[in-house]
Amino acid sequence: MDQVLFYVFAALTVVASLFVIAQRNPMYSVLLLIASFLGLSGLYVLLDSPFAAVTQIIVYAGAIMVLFLFVVMLLNAPHEEPPLRTTIPVTIGGRPLRVGAVLGVLFLAEMAWALSRLARQPIGGDERTAGLVSSVRQIGVELFTTHAFAFEVTSVLILVAMVGAVALAKRNL
Amino acid sequence: MPTLNHFLALSAILFTIGTAGVFLRRNLITILLSVEIMLNAVNLTFVAVGRQLGSVEGQIIVFFVMTVAAAEAAVGLAIVIALFRQRETLNPDAFTSLKW
Repeated sequence: MDQVLFYVFAALTVVASLFVIAQRNPMYSVLLLIASFLGLSGLYVLLDSPFAAVTQIIVYAGAIMVLFLFVVMLLNAPHEEPPLRTTIPVTIGGRPLRVGAVLGVLFLAEMAWALSRLARQPIGGDERTAGLVSSVRQIGVELFTTHAFAFEVTSVLILVAMVGAVALAKRNL
Repeated sequence: MPTLNHFLALSAILFTIGTAGVFLRRNLITILLSVEIMLNAVNLTFVAVGRQLGSVEGQIIVFFVMTVAAAEAAVGLAIVIALFRQRETLNPDAFTSLKW
C-alpha cells in the first residue's frame, strides 16, 4: 500500500516538476508547481512527518506560490521569447557542452554507486521512531529550546527580506 | 515499503529537474520556480533522513529552509519587478550591463 502511494506521489511530483520547466507560460508553471508540492506533501505524510506536510501546503502552496502568482499577474505574464542562442559565440559552444556532458555522466555514476551502498531496510521499519518523528509537540520543544537562537535569528531574516523587498520594488531604484 | 533509497533517488531526480530548469529556461520567474524545486528536493532529503534516524531535526531544518525560501522569493521577485521596469522584459539575456 505504502509502495503504491509512494509511486503515485513521486510520479505526480516528478511529472508536475517536469511540466513546470517545460511550460512557456509562467502562469501554468506556478500552478503546476503547486501540484508538485501537493505530491511532496503526500510523501511527507508517508514519512510520518505531518508537520512538514502541513507547512508545505500552508507556507509553500499558500503563501510563496501566491506571491509568485501575484507577480506573474502584475507583470501581465509575458510569454517567453525564443532562446537567444545566437548571442553565445560559436567558438565556446562545443567544449563547455562536452565538459558538462562528461560531468553529468560522472555525477550519475557516482549517485548510482552511492545509492547502491545504502542500507536496504524499509524506512518505516521501527514503529517506535515513527511516534518520535511524527510528534509536533517534540518539534516545538526542540525548536524553542535547542534551536531557540536560530528561531529568533529567523525573525531578523524575515524583517531584512521585508525591508529589502519594499526598498527594491520602490518606483525609482 | 519504500526504502530510504527510493526517497533519495526521487530527491536527486527533483534536484536535477530544478537545475535543468535554471539552465534551460529564459524567463526570470521560471528560473526562480526552478530554485524552489531544488529547495524542495533538499527538503525531501532532510525529512527522509530524519525519519530514518528517528529524529525531528530533519523537520526542524525544513522549517528553516522554508523561511529562507520565503525570504528568497520576496527579495527575488522584488528584483524581478525592478528589472522588468528597466527593460520591459523577463529574458535574462537582456540584462547584460555587467558583461564586458
